[in-house]
Amino acid sequence: MKKYVQIENVQMSFSTKQGTFVALKDIDLKIERGEFITLIGHSGCGKSTLLNLIAGLLMPTEGVMLCADREIAGPGPDRGVVFQNHSLLPWLTCFENVHLAVERVFGATENKAQLHQRTRAALALVDLTHAEHKYPHEISGGMKQRVGIARALSMQPKVLLMDEPFGALDALTRAHLQDELMKIVAATNSTVVMVTHDVDEAVLLSDRIVMMTNGPAATIGEILTVDLPKPRNRLALANDVNYHRLRGAVLEFLYQKQAKKAA
Amino acid sequence: MKFKKYLAENLVPPLLGIALFILFWAVLAQTSENLPGPMKTWDSAVALFSDPFYQKGPNDQGIGWNILASLQRVGVGFGFAALVGIPLGFMVGRFDFLNKMSAPIVNMLRPVSPLAWLPIGLLVLKAANPAAIWVIFISSIWPMIINTAMGVRQLPQDYLNVARVLNLSEWKIFTKILFPATLPYMLTGIRLAIGTAWLVIVAAEMLTGGVGIGFWVWDEWNNLNVEHIIIAIFIVGIVGLLLETLLVKIAKRFSY
Repeated sequence: MKKYVQIENVQMSFSTKQGTFVALKDIDLKIERGEFITLIGHSGCGKSTLLNLIAGLLMPTEGVMLCADREIAGPGPDRGVVFQNHSLLPWLTCFENVHLAVERVFGATENKAQLHQRTRAALALVDLTHAEHKYPHEISGGMKQRVGIARALSMQPKVLLMDEPFGALDALTRAHLQDELMKIVAATNSTVVMVTHDVDEAVLLSDRIVMMTNGPAATIGEILTVDLPKPRNRLALANDVNYHRLRGAVLEFLYQKQAKKAA
Repeated sequence: MKFKKYLAENLVPPLLGIALFILFWAVLAQTSENLPGPMKTWDSAVALFSDPFYQKGPNDQGIGWNILASLQRVGVGFGFAALVGIPLGFMVGRFDFLNKMSAPIVNMLRPVSPLAWLPIGLLVLKAANPAAIWVIFISSIWPMIINTAMGVRQLPQDYLNVARVLNLSEWKIFTKILFPATLPYMLTGIRLAIGTAWLVIVAAEMLTGGVGIGFWVWDEWNNLNVEHIIIAIFIVGIVGLLLETLLVKIAKRFSY
């Protein structure tokens, strides 16, 4: 099967006052179309940096990055990003926030009615039709994050990139949004790369879990294939032996092999 | 009951303050032979405002005309300052090179009293009225440049990341992100500018003459009409307060 996103020998260093700081090195990762990948690791391991590299917000100091056979030379609408803190524009309604993205990608080829239709469809996908004319400050944190997802998906990206999208939410809302996300990904057959520090979230959602070593000069430590059948159900998995084996493997990597030294 | 409590908490203290102020003024007026008391000033004000828009030649016009003339000068000078200062502020905020280039000049000229610019205005513009407007322009432009630039610089990186990820055009970045995000800062600049402009116009008009609340004060001093001077002080204060309140109202509409 064709590799959709290819990351070859990527190194990322930042120049600081103390000299060059190598954040990532020797990163090799190939992602297939329709795959759900999570990046997990201790804070400071450069998992967000890797995501920003795929997004094109950062440029690697070494190595090659391809998305659908084209080199990643900067941010582009073929890679939709969901930010950790939603990053909605507060002076625009939910509808307008999504429409801004739709207009950019399809504005040249489609008429006004079609653009509106796309915006509505994206909001309907995250079940927010009723809140389309509300402003971000009028809706809850979980709803904001859903608008962020709608905005990213409305561009029909080749890859959906999510940077700890549910990190700032309470546990119940997070669980609810994870279920929603699973449905949306199944319905749209999206390719997803998601940064998380939540082991359960990683096992529940992923096809493969990319576990990263501690920084500086972090790299990919292990890649765990999650072979649980889909659709997955969090209640059924609670008593699933395989689920616990996979969860245990991630925990072992994080707290034994890459145990963070006491700060 | 609630209404009564509201009155007690929000109306009684300011009224008490005003009453004490008037009492203090009355006592002070009793001890001085030149300073008119509140009652005498009030009578004079009633007479003055009974016919605010009379016109008896260029140097004797109703108080209404004088206020409007001053407001017009402030409006014109301030308008020009906004036209020049806000775009300049955007450029200074967006491009670090321009910021470093303009910083020494702005920082040196900003503390200069706007009145010091009056002779230059008279020299170049060769007339009193444009020179007064020029002084307003100079006094208003600094807060507008500085606050607009600050607003642009404080633009959260998140919003810029959104712009980059959505690959927005420069025009869309400006209309959908930069301008709305900067608007509250810009309005602060406008508020500061109009406050200063209104302060400065009284002094500028004293020097340039003509119709206007500033020259009116000077004229009444020459007539030794102290009641009118006191009335003028109240007028300047109340108009300034109204301008400020109006701008705060506008700013509230655009805060997120």
